[in-house]
Amino acid sequence: MRPESEADVASVIRSARESLSIAGGATRLRPGEGQGARLDMRGLTGVVLYEPEALTLVVRAGTPLDEVATVLKAENQMLGFEPDHRPGSTIGGVVAANASGPRRVLVNACRDALIGVRFVDGAGEVIKNGGRVMKNVTGYDLVKLMAGSRGRLGALTEVAFKTTPIPPSRATLRLSGLNAAQAVEAMTVALGGPFDVSGAGILPTGETVLRLEGLAGSVEARAATLVTRLARFGDVETVEGDADFAALRDAGAAMAAQAGKGAVWRIVLRPSQAGALIATLPGRLAVDWGGALIWAEAPDAWRPDLPTGAIAERVAGAAPLHLPAMAPAIAALNDGVARRFDPRGLFGSSARGVAA
Amino acid sequence: MQMPRPDPLILSRRAQIVAALERAAPGAVIHDPAETRVYECDALSAYSCPPLAVVLPRTTEEVSAILRVCHAEGVPVVPRGAGTSLAGGSMPTEDAVVVGIARLNRVLEISTEDRLIRVQPGRTNLSVTQAVDGLGFFYAPDPSSQLACAIGGNIGMNSGGAHCLKYGVTTNNLLGVTMVMMDGTVVELGGPMGEANGLDLLGVVCGSEGQLGILTEATLRILPKPAGARPVLIGFDSSEVAGACVADIIRAGVLPVAIEFMDRPCIRATEEFAHPGYPDCEALLIVEVEGTPREIDEQLALIRDIADRHSPLEFRESGSAEESARIWLGRKSAFGAMGQMGDYMCLDGTIPVSALPKVLGEIARMSAQTGMPVANVFHAGDGNMHPLIIFDANKPGDLERCEALGADILRLCVEVGGCLTGEHGVGIEKRDLMSAQFGPADMEAQMRVKDAFDPRWLLNPAKVFPLDLSESRREGRPNAA
Repeated sequence: MRPESEADVASVIRSARESLSIAGGATRLRPGEGQGARLDMRGLTGVVLYEPEALTLVVRAGTPLDEVATVLKAENQMLGFEPDHRPGSTIGGVVAANASGPRRVLVNACRDALIGVRFVDGAGEVIKNGGRVMKNVTGYDLVKLMAGSRGRLGALTEVAFKTTPIPPSRATLRLSGLNAAQAVEAMTVALGGPFDVSGAGILPTGETVLRLEGLAGSVEARAATLVTRLARFGDVETVEGDADFAALRDAGAAMAAQAGKGAVWRIVLRPSQAGALIATLPGRLAVDWGGALIWAEAPDAWRPDLPTGAIAERVAGAAPLHLPAMAPAIAALNDGVARRFDPRGLFGSSARGVAA
Repeated sequence: MQMPRPDPLILSRRAQIVAALERAAPGAVIHDPAETRVYECDALSAYSCPPLAVVLPRTTEEVSAILRVCHAEGVPVVPRGAGTSLAGGSMPTEDAVVVGIARLNRVLEISTEDRLIRVQPGRTNLSVTQAVDGLGFFYAPDPSSQLACAIGGNIGMNSGGAHCLKYGVTTNNLLGVTMVMMDGTVVELGGPMGEANGLDLLGVVCGSEGQLGILTEATLRILPKPAGARPVLIGFDSSEVAGACVADIIRAGVLPVAIEFMDRPCIRATEEFAHPGYPDCEALLIVEVEGTPREIDEQLALIRDIADRHSPLEFRESGSAEESARIWLGRKSAFGAMGQMGDYMCLDGTIPVSALPKVLGEIARMSAQTGMPVANVFHAGDGNMHPLIIFDANKPGDLERCEALGADILRLCVEVGGCLTGEHGVGIEKRDLMSAQFGPADMEAQMRVKDAFDPRWLLNPAKVFPLDLSESRREGRPNAA
C-alpha cells in the first residue's frame, strides 16, 4: 500500500484488517520490525512550508532525507540534529527513529528540533500536535512522544523542524593513541569548557575527534585555546573541515550493514561510565556524544555488562533485545499509551521498541 | 472563571481525609482555613479558591503515601511548585488537596563530568544555576520568575526564558525525573541523555501541567558558562523594519543568545519607570551574543552590518559591564513599569517571526478599538510575544473586557500560524481557548495520554482542556478504555 495523501493514509488504516508495518525507505528497521503488510509512506512527499528567516521547515513525512538536505542547503541551512546518512531514508523515518548524530552534544536530538507533527493513529484519525513555531507549550507535547516511537503510535504524515544556519567554518581536532578512559577524559575537558564543541567521539579507527563550528575567527580562536587545554593528552592535530564526523555519524549504520551473523549494540550511558564499559567490549566500536553513545560489534550471544542507569539495544542481530528489562510500571505506561493510540493493535509488529 | 462544582461527598468527609493525610505524612498537613488561604491562588491572582487541605511532603515516600490516600478517597490533587504560574496551573478547587513540593529542595548530585545536576523539584530555578556556578556551569532555562519559581513547576509548564533561542526550553534541558503517579506508584523516566527504552514518556510529562504525576526528583543538563556576553541596543522608527532586521540576523547565521523586542508604549513606560536612557523610537531590539571578546567582536560586526542596511536610528554597543546592565535595565523592568500604569494581563502567544509586522499592526488596531492600552515586549528571535494589556481591576467589567481582548489577540496568534502559549502554559487561563488551536481529535489524543497515566482524572483535573470536553472523564465516565 502506497498512499499518496494524508486522507489516503487514513482510509488505508481505517480499512486495515491485518497488522501494518509503517515505513519510509525502511532503512532503519531493527530486529523484529517490518513484519505485517507494508504501509509505504514514500508517496507523501514535498515541502509544505519553508521560511528560512524563521528557521522553519514543514515537510511531508515521505520526503527523502537527501531532498530535505538539498532544499535547506539552497538557503545555506541544515537540520541541526545531524541524522545519519542511509541511502533511501525518508524524513519521517528519521523522526520515527529519533536519529540524532554527533551534533547532539551541542544542539540536542531530532526530538528537540522537531516542532510539529501530523499523523494518523490506529483508528484512522488525523491528529496534529505542536506547530510551526519553536516555542509552544499549548497542550501536551505529543511531538516528543512521536519522535522515536518507531511506528508504534501512528503513521507520521507531516513533520516540522527548527532549522539551523550552516556554519561558515569548521575544524576538527584529532588526538591519537589514547586509551578509552583518556579519550573520554579529553572529550570531557573539551565539552566542559566554553568552546561550543559540536561533536566529540572516538572513530572506529581509534582516533579521538572534536569538532568546532562557527564564524572563521571564532573557530580559529577556540581551536587554539583547546589545543593548549588538551596538551597533556599528547599531540593534537588540527584539520580543516569535518570529514571525520561523517564517518562517526554513520558508524552505527555501517556496522549494522556489515553485521552478518554477528550483532551490533547501541549503548547509551553516562560519559563517566564509558571508559570502564569500553574496556569490556569484544569487537570494533565507535563512540559518539562525548562518550554517552557507544556502537559496538559483538558475537550474537554476547551481552553487555551495563553500569547503573545505562540502556542498550541490539540494533542488528538475530532477535530484538533491550537491556535492562523495563520496570513493570514503565512497561504498563508504554502499553497503556500505545493501546490508546492503536486500539486494534495494527502497528504491533513494530512494537518491539516499546515494551520489549 | 468556571470551575467544576466541588464534590459534596468529599467536602463532607473532610475530617477523615485530613486524618488519613496526617497518617500518611505526619506534621506535613495544613488544614486550618486561615493557613490554607495562602494556597488559594498562584500568580494568576484574579482567580482563587482555598483548597480542602495542603500537604508539604519531605520525601518521595510521603508523596506516594499522600497520593495513595487521595486515590483511595477519590480526592482531586493539585500539584504546586512555587505558585508562580501565570496561567492558574496550581489554582485549587474546594474539594482538592494541594501537594506542594517546596520542602523537596535539596541538591542530590552534581556531575560536571556528565554535565548534569540532580535536584529535588522544589528547588528554585536560579539556585540550580547558583549550585554549579562556581564549577563554571549554568542551567540554561531562565524564566523571568527564576528567583522564585521551582524546577518542578518549570518542568510542569515546560518553561522558557530569554535565552531559549540558543539553549532551548526546559524540555531540551531535562534528562530524567522521578515521578509519583496518582495511584502512588513511583516511576523513573528518562535516562542518560534523556533516553529510555520505549516511548519518550519524559517528553510528554514535561509540559503536562501536573496532570500526569508529581515530580520528586529531576536530572537537568548543565552547560559550561560562556566566556562572556555582550548586548547591543538597536532603535528603529518602525516595528516592520525591526522585524525585518531580526529576520536578517537569523538568516545570516549568527546565533545570538537573545533577541528582545520592545515597542513604543513599552519603551516609554520603562523610560519613565527605570530611566534606562533608551532612544525615543517606535521599536527597539536588544541583541545579545556570547563568547570571548574576540568572538563577540566578530559577531557584533556582522550584526552591525545587517542593522545598518535597515537604517537604524541608533546602534548602541556596550563598552562595559555597567553599560550592558543599562541596556538590559529597561527590558528587565518592563513588567514593573507596566505595573505602574495599572493592572496588567500578560499574554504569551507565539507567532511565526514573519508575521510580526502584521500581528503588531492588528494588536494596535484592536487596542485603539477597545480603548485598552497594549504594550509589547517579547522574545523576537523565536516569535514568543508578551503583549501586556493594561486595565483597572477596580473598574467593573474591565477585567472581562481585558480578557476578551486577550482572547482575540491569542486567536490572532493561532490564525497566523502560531499558538496560544509559548512558555506560560494553558492552566485555567487558556483552557477554553484550546479549541481555537486544536480540533476534537487533537485534544482527544492528548486526553488519552492522561487516561493512561491517571485513568480516574484526579490530578489537576480541571485544567488544560475545555471543561465540557474533559467532563465525562472527570466524572468517572472515561470514553476510552
